[in-house]
Amino acid sequence: MSIVPTHPLSKRRPASGGRRVAGRRTWAAVRCAGGLLAGGFIALAAIPLLVLGLGTLVISPLGDLGAPFLAVTTWLVRPLARAERLRVRVITGVPVAEAYRPLRGSLAARVRTLLSDIGTWRDLGWLLVQVVAGGVGLAFLAAAVVGPLFMAAVPAQFLRGAGDGKVLELLPLGAFFAAVGWSGCSPVAKALAALSGQMLEPDETARLRAQMEHLAETRDETVDARAAELRRIERDLHDGAQARLVSLTMSLGMAEEEFDRDPGAARQLVVEARASARAALSELRHLVRGIHPPVLTERGLGGAVEALALASAVPVEVDVALDERLPAPLESALYFVIAEAMANIARHSEAGWAFVRLWPEPGKLRLIVHDDGHGGADPARGSGLRGIGSRLAAFDGKFTLSSPVGGPTELFAELPWPQ
Amino acid sequence: MASVTSVVLVEDLVLLRDGLTRLLSTNGFEIAAAVDTGPAFLEAVDAHHPDVAVVDVRLPPTFTDEGLHAAIQARHRHPGFPVLILSQYVEQLYARELLSDGEGGVGYLLKDRVGDVRQFVEAVQRVADGGTAMDPEVISQILARRSRRPQLAELTPREREVLALIAEGRTNAAIARSLVITTKAVSKHIAHIFDKLGLPPSDDNNRRVLAVLAYLNSNT
Repeated sequence: MSIVPTHPLSKRRPASGGRRVAGRRTWAAVRCAGGLLAGGFIALAAIPLLVLGLGTLVISPLGDLGAPFLAVTTWLVRPLARAERLRVRVITGVPVAEAYRPLRGSLAARVRTLLSDIGTWRDLGWLLVQVVAGGVGLAFLAAAVVGPLFMAAVPAQFLRGAGDGKVLELLPLGAFFAAVGWSGCSPVAKALAALSGQMLEPDETARLRAQMEHLAETRDETVDARAAELRRIERDLHDGAQARLVSLTMSLGMAEEEFDRDPGAARQLVVEARASARAALSELRHLVRGIHPPVLTERGLGGAVEALALASAVPVEVDVALDERLPAPLESALYFVIAEAMANIARHSEAGWAFVRLWPEPGKLRLIVHDDGHGGADPARGSGLRGIGSRLAAFDGKFTLSSPVGGPTELFAELPWPQ
Repeated sequence: MASVTSVVLVEDLVLLRDGLTRLLSTNGFEIAAAVDTGPAFLEAVDAHHPDVAVVDVRLPPTFTDEGLHAAIQARHRHPGFPVLILSQYVEQLYARELLSDGEGGVGYLLKDRVGDVRQFVEAVQRVADGGTAMDPEVISQILARRSRRPQLAELTPREREVLALIAEGRTNAAIARSLVITTKAVSKHIAHIFDKLGLPPSDDNNRRVLAVLAYLNSNT
């Protein structure tokens, strides 16, 4: 019968599902226990810093010694706070932003920035919370671990005749600890992490300030890149097309003189003039492609990338899933990012095949450029990859490059796209 | 000898439109109409029944690839209607679209080629007669690509030269002149090329060009 082959499958499914659920529970228990343990360690490390910080607060009115001392203490808090941010993110799944003011200039200036940063003082407050929360977490963990041990140890003692009936009364207590400890582990770990996350989360002003610094930085990069681009275009025009047109004018001028005297020589000069004009046109065409490829204007990103793929030495599959044209600046930036990535593939990867995929997701655009070459591309080297970074940064986008030796190489970019 | 070849010219820049009008009329063509938009071009084709149209890719109002779309539309309405597209740059993607209907009478040239008057006039006439005129740059773009077909690598340098000239739409005689060899040698090269690429032999020049272009343009 036709249902026979499916029967064993349908029987097996719930069992394996049950195993999976059990596996998940064990994993969750291990994770929350680890989280509480890590939180406890961070709390232990926080204690001396808290004592140091409060101590210097007390002595700081006494003289010049206080400020630098406090600065050093608060500076030491930051790596610890960073570890805690990571822990909170792992446990709650919610990232905690970091928004300190950047430390620049002389030592005195750095100390001033450090002490006037509201984040510094929030960190001190967090230390206090962490010491308490970490302690609570450890206590909980202790209950969860000691409870079962108790349950195992008590009957053993009893059987050996070491204890009397009173020992048995401790059994429900152990069971209670074990039950509360293990069932409460995950919510408690999450609640404690959320609490310390709230203390570490920068306030609105600090976040805006950090965002502003970031914008200023990427704007500077964009402006620099734009200026460099204009300089390059100016130089190319000056040495290329302009020079050709000058030589063309000269040839034509000389031909004009020669027409009556020596028509043969005049003809030769006209031929040269035409060669100059042709070379100038070809250089201008090249230049225009580098500024803004006509096919991008005409066909949008999908068509332009397809044209790139057609001209590529390596076979490239293109999948640009856009229903509409992107704004011109974004279109152009993405085009040059893809062009750069494809040029790198052709130049360095020795790939036999590649693909470009661009698709929208809620709130963002994602791009993958993948090749099956020999890998080993280093993002720290090469101006091309830097160029990709700065083009994307202008739109708050970022990219990662995965290129293990032996391949494949994969460029992954993502940028915000309010749609 | 047939009557004078009549041309519809589609170009929005006055300077170039006037220049092309002068160039073509002094070389024995009759300019039936010189217009500057896609719709006007289609109207002119219906009104004048020209032998060939010379069309700029980029036209108002959008200044994108309206000329190309209009040309494809004209060929859709009048299958095989000869069209020569002129552009400041060539794009393999567009060549493929132009050739996709498998009919002859297609040209796609860089505007620069206008400078070589004799060759340009020949190209216009060849397209008007149902032949093909592909810009050498389109061909070199296709051939420069590392080929997905090992067969292309088997061609000798001379055979590759001949293949490029076939793809441009040259006749055997023109290829012989250009390479300074005899037409008999050209025929022999062509036979070798078609044999190596596994294409069916054909004496019809235009059918041969389309076969070669289709071969080069295909991705698989």
